Amino acid sequence: MGKVTGFMEFDRISEQNIPPQERLKNYKEFVLHLSDDEAKNQGARCMDCGIPFCMTGCPINNIIPDWNDLVYNQDWKNAIDVLHSTNNFPEFTGRLCPAPCEAACTLNINDDAVGIKSIEHAIIDKAWENNWVKPLIPTYKTNKKIAIVGSGPAGLAAAQQLARVGHAVTVYEKNDRIGGLLRYGIPDFKMEKTHIDRRVKQMEAEGVVFKINQNIGENVKHEELTNNYDAVILAGGAEHPRDLPVPGRELNGVMFAMDFLPLQNKVVAGDKLTHQILATGKHVVVIGGGDTGSDCVGTSNRHHATSVSQFELMPQPPVHENKELVWPNWPLKLRTSSSHEEGCERDWSVTTKSFVGENGQVKGIVAARVEWKDGKMVEVPNSEFTLQADLVLLAMGFVSPQQKMLDLFGVDKDQRGNVKATTEGKDAYITSKAKVFAAGDIRRGQSLIVWAIREGRQCARAVDEFLMGTSTLPR
Amino acid sequence: MTQFERPEQQGLYNPKNEHDACGVGFVANIHGTKSHTIVAQGLQILTNLTHRGATGYDPKLGDGAGILIQMPDGLIRDEAKKLSIDLPVSGQYACGLIFLPQSNTYRTQCEKIITDIIHEEGQTFLAWRDVPTNNSNIAEAAKAVEPKIKQVIVGQGKDIQDQNHFERKLFVIRKRIEHSVKKLGLDDPVQFYIPSLSSRTIVYKGMLLANEVDTYYPDLKDARVTSALALVHQRFSTNTFPAWDLAHPFRMIAHNGEINTVQGNVNWMRARHESMQSALLGDDLEKLWPLIVEGQSDSACFDNCLELLVAGGYSLPHAMMMLIPEAWSGNPMMDEDRRAFYEYHAALMEPWDGPAAVAFTDGRMIGATLDRNGLRPARYLMTDDGLVMMASEMGVLQFPEEKIIKKWRLQPGKMLLIDMEKGRIIDDEEVKKELATHKPYRQWIDSSRYFLGDFPKTNSKAELKETLLDTQQSFGYTQEDIKFILAPMIANGEENAGSMGNDAALPVLSKKPKLIYNYFKQLFAQVTNPPIDPIREELVMSLVTFIGPKPNLLAVEETKPTTRLETSQPVLTLDDLTQLKNISKLTKDAYKSLVLDITYDVKGLKKDDAYGMKKVIDTLRQDALKAVKDGYNILILSDRNQSKNRMAIPALLATSATHQHLVREGLRTNTGLVVDTGSAREVHHFALLGGYGAEAICPWLAYESMNAMTTDHALAHKNFIKSIGKGLYKVMSKMGISTYQSYCGAQIFEAVGLNSQLINTYFKGTVTNIEGIGIEEIAEETMRIHQSAFGSDPVLANALDAGGEYAFRVRGEEHMWTPDSIAKLQHATRTNQYTTYKEYAALINNQTKRQMTLRGLFKFKTINQAIALDEVEPAKEIVKRFVTGAMSLGSISTEAHTTLAIAMNRIGGKSNTGEGGEDAKRFLTLDKDNTLANVIGLHLIESDIKLKKGDSLRSRIKQVASGRFGVTAEYLSSADQIQIKMAQGAKPGEGGQLPGHKVSPYIAKLRFSVPGVGLISPPPHHDIYSIEDLAQLIHDLKNANPSASISVKLVSETGVGTVAAGVAKAKSDHIVIAGHDGGTGASPISSLKHAGTPWEIGLAETQQTLVLNRLRGRVIVQVDGQMKTGRDVVIGALLGADEFGFATAPLVVQGCIMMRKCHLNTCPVGVATQDPALRKRFTGQPEHVVNYFFFVAEEVRELMSSLGIRKFNDLIGRADLLDTQEGILHWKIHGLDFSKIFFLPNIEKEVSRRNTEVQSHGLEHALDNALIKLSKPALEKREKVSINLPITNTNRTVGTMLSHEIAKRFGHEGLPQDTIQITLNGSAGQSFAAFLAQGISMELIGEGNDYVAKGLCGGRVVIKPPKAFKAKSHENIIVGNTVMYGATTGESYFSGVAGERFCVRNSGASAVVEGVGNHGCEYMTGGTVVVLGNTGQNFAAGMSGGVAYVYDEDGLFAKRCNPSMVSLEKVETQQAQPKVPQHLNQPDEVILKMLIEKHMKYTESPRAKFILDNWDKTRTQFIKVMPNEYKRALNELHASLTKEAA
Repeated sequence: MGKVTGFMEFDRISEQNIPPQERLKNYKEFVLHLSDDEAKNQGARCMDCGIPFCMTGCPINNIIPDWNDLVYNQDWKNAIDVLHSTNNFPEFTGRLCPAPCEAACTLNINDDAVGIKSIEHAIIDKAWENNWVKPLIPTYKTNKKIAIVGSGPAGLAAAQQLARVGHAVTVYEKNDRIGGLLRYGIPDFKMEKTHIDRRVKQMEAEGVVFKINQNIGENVKHEELTNNYDAVILAGGAEHPRDLPVPGRELNGVMFAMDFLPLQNKVVAGDKLTHQILATGKHVVVIGGGDTGSDCVGTSNRHHATSVSQFELMPQPPVHENKELVWPNWPLKLRTSSSHEEGCERDWSVTTKSFVGENGQVKGIVAARVEWKDGKMVEVPNSEFTLQADLVLLAMGFVSPQQKMLDLFGVDKDQRGNVKATTEGKDAYITSKAKVFAAGDIRRGQSLIVWAIREGRQCARAVDEFLMGTSTLPR
Repeated sequence: MTQFERPEQQGLYNPKNEHDACGVGFVANIHGTKSHTIVAQGLQILTNLTHRGATGYDPKLGDGAGILIQMPDGLIRDEAKKLSIDLPVSGQYACGLIFLPQSNTYRTQCEKIITDIIHEEGQTFLAWRDVPTNNSNIAEAAKAVEPKIKQVIVGQGKDIQDQNHFERKLFVIRKRIEHSVKKLGLDDPVQFYIPSLSSRTIVYKGMLLANEVDTYYPDLKDARVTSALALVHQRFSTNTFPAWDLAHPFRMIAHNGEINTVQGNVNWMRARHESMQSALLGDDLEKLWPLIVEGQSDSACFDNCLELLVAGGYSLPHAMMMLIPEAWSGNPMMDEDRRAFYEYHAALMEPWDGPAAVAFTDGRMIGATLDRNGLRPARYLMTDDGLVMMASEMGVLQFPEEKIIKKWRLQPGKMLLIDMEKGRIIDDEEVKKELATHKPYRQWIDSSRYFLGDFPKTNSKAELKETLLDTQQSFGYTQEDIKFILAPMIANGEENAGSMGNDAALPVLSKKPKLIYNYFKQLFAQVTNPPIDPIREELVMSLVTFIGPKPNLLAVEETKPTTRLETSQPVLTLDDLTQLKNISKLTKDAYKSLVLDITYDVKGLKKDDAYGMKKVIDTLRQDALKAVKDGYNILILSDRNQSKNRMAIPALLATSATHQHLVREGLRTNTGLVVDTGSAREVHHFALLGGYGAEAICPWLAYESMNAMTTDHALAHKNFIKSIGKGLYKVMSKMGISTYQSYCGAQIFEAVGLNSQLINTYFKGTVTNIEGIGIEEIAEETMRIHQSAFGSDPVLANALDAGGEYAFRVRGEEHMWTPDSIAKLQHATRTNQYTTYKEYAALINNQTKRQMTLRGLFKFKTINQAIALDEVEPAKEIVKRFVTGAMSLGSISTEAHTTLAIAMNRIGGKSNTGEGGEDAKRFLTLDKDNTLANVIGLHLIESDIKLKKGDSLRSRIKQVASGRFGVTAEYLSSADQIQIKMAQGAKPGEGGQLPGHKVSPYIAKLRFSVPGVGLISPPPHHDIYSIEDLAQLIHDLKNANPSASISVKLVSETGVGTVAAGVAKAKSDHIVIAGHDGGTGASPISSLKHAGTPWEIGLAETQQTLVLNRLRGRVIVQVDGQMKTGRDVVIGALLGADEFGFATAPLVVQGCIMMRKCHLNTCPVGVATQDPALRKRFTGQPEHVVNYFFFVAEEVRELMSSLGIRKFNDLIGRADLLDTQEGILHWKIHGLDFSKIFFLPNIEKEVSRRNTEVQSHGLEHALDNALIKLSKPALEKREKVSINLPITNTNRTVGTMLSHEIAKRFGHEGLPQDTIQITLNGSAGQSFAAFLAQGISMELIGEGNDYVAKGLCGGRVVIKPPKAFKAKSHENIIVGNTVMYGATTGESYFSGVAGERFCVRNSGASAVVEGVGNHGCEYMTGGTVVVLGNTGQNFAAGMSGGVAYVYDEDGLFAKRCNPSMVSLEKVETQQAQPKVPQHLNQPDEVILKMLIEKHMKYTESPRAKFILDNWDKTRTQFIKVMPNEYKRALNELHASLTKEAA
């Protein structure tokens, strides 16, 4: 259980970052994982709670106290086994997860949470370094064929789980590379793409077949899937972005974040692009205060934008939440991302009224302040202001999955346009259409990677049960 | 049912659970001179022991009393003459007393049987005599079942050789009559019963009050009735049902105590059937079976067995020594012959174990013996004219002091014997020496014994059939078995500790497959007998086990002893097992072993055939039986062949099935039974295997598992065996059983969730109250475990299952406290959001998906129309029924402790101090707004709390637990309720320990101890070894605070209802029934999980039994144990509770997040820790707790409105409003049957179902009323008074009410010393000067009984013999047992010897005494004790503070002292002793001399004078007993003071 009194002896140590001026020079990851000793001391802080709130704080129920203890005892090999028992891709979550586990950590009540994510990061990096991550090739074949649409975290998790119990899994990806949002939504400086490539290799060894440039409804007929496979999992994510229909929206330079970010990833991956949109020398305004917004900020800074501003419609959250009333839940509080540290003007309670431009090119943005009263937004009179803007990136979240493919399959949808399917009971994850399942953002709407992995795993079990009658796959 | 019937088993009430205890005594003329005076004196003793009995709802209804005397030849001869019968000479006729049915027809039938059998056995029926009786003054209930009482007179037959032969024949006749009448199956309220049938003795007894025996039987007043002995007994039963046959004396004994192992003893007797042969009884032996009739009391069973041994040819003392041997294995002082005697007989007969003072007689000898631990009082005296009087207390019969030549007591394991034919007293030493040297026992043992450990080592391996992981999985191992069970045992040599309560799903409700072990709950002693402290009193414990056949019990004249195979403890190594397999070679065929494989092929097994398990067990039984018949005398049940293709019958099931089958066939004692199993790994498993018949157990897989965990395998195995041994001690001792031999087969368990069919087939005799799964589901679970082990589950591919029993784990066992429920409760109470509370309550209450508790499967029956919410009693009234749990300041922080008190006082509920005293600063109500730190002290509070005017920090409930920490007159006076903690849900039957690092200066101050010195709470209250003792303590506490109600806390187990009835009769005002799942600051994890039952069962049993006994109205019943929501409260009320205790939930409200680290002092939220840094993190507020209780009450109101009930009182006991929730899909629960829980006793409407009246405590009779009156000037004006009065043994608890008056007025400081001087003459009753306050000096000229000066808190007590008493004071007893228990301050001087356990848990008082019994100064934490004479054994066990000075005249003290926690030092001269650090900051010589001088001054003791007169020499004979911990603390204190000074 770590060390009984460890939490009183050691402080939380955050992972070291390469300083902004250095890291802005390239697109490499800049977060350095903990040293063995640091990880050991961080593990020692874990109290092995009678009720580990972290375990349920974590959507995939990572068995955090156990691997904390193993790291404290420097038993890294067993630590990765325990970690992998709940999480197919710790290298993704160890880098990208906002760590709701740490919000739920018991030490977070009146102290600093155990650095759970940093320990996870250290474990998986060590595991790859030591070549402990091996394909788990099934010893038997079921002769059941499964198609998975989408190769984001949900699709990948489902694919890996199902392959390991002997099913023949084919993953259809519409883009030119595997990974979905992980590949093109997350900048390389947050996660280098070799991590995905390694996993893909592992999964191929485990029997998963990956097909790229396969857009269902475009160049692949959906019947091809329903006819040729025993089960289909829709894991295409929720890619339909929220728009900002104000005057001037049509101007050049006003675009969705997802029209901007992937291009840089492709360049880093070695593609030669003719029309990459660069923020270089521009006044950039990012609209939306979430993670995608942050990624736009970080990328713009690496492009050497002249200035980067970020607007958020909601008011600035408090720096510290009232833990008494919030813990162990995910708190609403001011979060400053690494991208913000690299330089950015942030503003809250701002609504965008219009974009102004010259020659079809955006030049500025007209905004106003708002107040929130009883959950309703009221514009503050006479608070209009304008800001120079050469590039406006809309990062206000995603509304729903792309609808076209869903309509082709004919699955029922919920009010928000997501695929309708429950997560519990014997009909878990199955859609209104026979043998068609859905998992991840396509079912639940925009969410975290870790939720996508959870759904992928649980959906895999549901599919396995559907095909075999019973399943030993863990939920 | 009418008022007068003895109820049959119904609902949860089972007459088998009845317990009794009593007052016992005898008077005898050594020379055998008969007189009527002796009879009258016997009856006088009875009258004066009345207070040791009890009455039921009717004050005339006692529990029975009786007398045994020698055959009154004068009377019988005259009366026979009236019937025209000339009796033969005395000794050649017998006269028996017979209870006959009321119905004429039945009576005639019985009488015919009697005369026929007398004739058939070759004796002469002479006459029937109608025994005159006068029932005018007995209770109606007793009258209703009053038998027709006759005497049968039998003449000796022609073939009879001597009187012993005649007696044997009479015994056979009686047994035959009993069997024949039983076969008639009489349907009569009166039980046919033969109190006695003998040529030597006769018994008169019945459902009588102690002082009414001779009124009922005018014979006894008849001057023609003469006897040289009178043995009397007064019973205190836990029930109120009249039972004429249960009164004592029995034919040979009167027993005060309880035989804890009776189930095992009775089984073993039955098991001996086939192997028993007797030269003396010959063919008659067979006529005696069944020897022990079912449904009798433990005492009656014991009497049956004793009769058999005596009839079989053993002398009476010999037989007694076999049945109740003294502790011989751990006694360094015992001589070799005697040890050999006991050792030899150990193989013949397992001890009948339990607290016992047994007086016995065959009409020629009379004697008494005491159990090995001295747990019952028995004092005696002798006069110069040949009278011996023995009784539970002194003062019951007056003799002129000058005629008394010896006053002594029965010592643990010792015997007093009077041989009236020889005309002398034979003392223990002589009796036993004669018996011990009668035969060459040592030589016999040496020539016939094999020690398992002596055989050559073979380096055996377990030889797994599959991988370790798969094998572990196939036996249901989880990660927790490794982490929480094995690893701590390997590391520390003892079982792991845990904290907080058990909120996991009951095994029968769990969705995970469980091992069969988990369905059994350990039973434990509460009230009717004490648990033992197996650590501090290890000398009485033994794990020795014999493997193999038991010798013929009745081979009295044997000259060639049977071989024996012995091992020192029952956990076998792999080597041991190999040797057992090869035993025939190793012992030259003395033993022949056979391995019975309990695994079987899984191929083709079908679910609907219970996976073949039934058949396999049947085969196993046949095989075992055949093996025994074929001459195999060691059977080894082994599951080592378990593999993918072979599955084992659960070892426990196989063991019990085989054991019970062999018992039934009467062949069990022809063989040994050994279990070789991979399943056993924790203490509970071994306890169960032993309890159901295994003589030894080899846990082969545990060894293999440990090998994989460590490098030093030998050490790991050794520590594991040690841990299991310690654990077994704990499990045995919590039931008061001290030897494994008696525990083996004793079945000290009950089942929760197993059906009767399974139990009756394989575990017969075990209680199971709610039915549950059967063999089909057991097989299914076993199969599931097997399949998952060898299946393809990826989670189990590389790892064990997570478990989740001990800590919450995702994918582990379900728990009620989850992250969600805790968060919701905290958020709700902090924001006062009832809607959030309701979300929380739904998580707990709705168990349709996650089943965890029995109540989760209940639903409400809507019989009435729902009513509007506002018609229901307001919440502010309901919250008054709520209390918080007994959590001491020590287990939780000052902040948490006071917050609870403030909150409870705000709502009019009650908080509970727990065991640990209370700061007097908390007693006042605040007259203005303030803060906690201001009230308690700024340096004592780490997290301040705002207080309002009118707030009170006082805990209205003051707990009195076994440690008696901080229990003073002032503490008790500040209570509204005083709670006696008999047991605790988390660890019933066990004590506790507050480690030194938790004893802060503040805690030390409140507990009157030294900071940094650890504190031990003993497992038993040393003043409660029986129900009558409890009555005494209740009386004491009532005296200590007449306005407080007295509460007794019990834990739910089978029989708790009957105990509760006894507690109600003992005049408790209030009873708490705690569930097994209650919380703790620290407890061994097997106790957390495996002892006690859910409160739903215990509460229902209590309610039903109290109602049946018509006692419910007299008491308030409270329930606690994982009480969380309003629904819990309503279910508790419907099952019979008036009040409700909450502990964990209010802690969670205060910030507790179930870390389960209380025992480590690292609570990160400042709740359960003493660390100041962590206490700073405490954020609880009284308002939050108040919010919580109002939420609960509001939920209660909503339920009441839906049930159509306006008043809470109308809910209580309405179990008819409960039903079983249907439609829950769970394969294991369909067999559960709650009908016994929902049962309503069919009894008149007028009988109360809830608390409606108050107990009458009889304080108006107390001598203290006079003392208080006479002390008025002192109490009102602080003037000195002196008082002089006589006293007798019926004046109990003298001085306590007066002390209460002082404490109430003057607090702990009291009055100046000697303000009230009281001199009393005579024999004082029990608890003389209990809780005596500062300012009172009590001088008693005469003698004291038990519990003198218990809880002494400032007063002075002097007891000295009267001038007329001529014997030497240091050779005579002057006070009884457990004197000065829990004393805190004050001083005592006793000119004489004290009984056992002198100064137990003394924490600050000083005492001088001239000798003490066993266990002197046990658990002492402070104070000074001077012993001017011999001590008994085990002196200073568990002593962590204070100093004792012992005058070691014979130089043997070191052998009698328990050295584990103390060092023995010399008493240096004042000059020679280093200045620092010193006890009380004075040199030893000064302290010692001063105390002896005072002793001389107050008592005029010649002993003191002698010692002082020869001081230079006598000083060097003193030994100073210095606790090591205390010494360390003194040194540290000195060092820190020096540092400060520098």
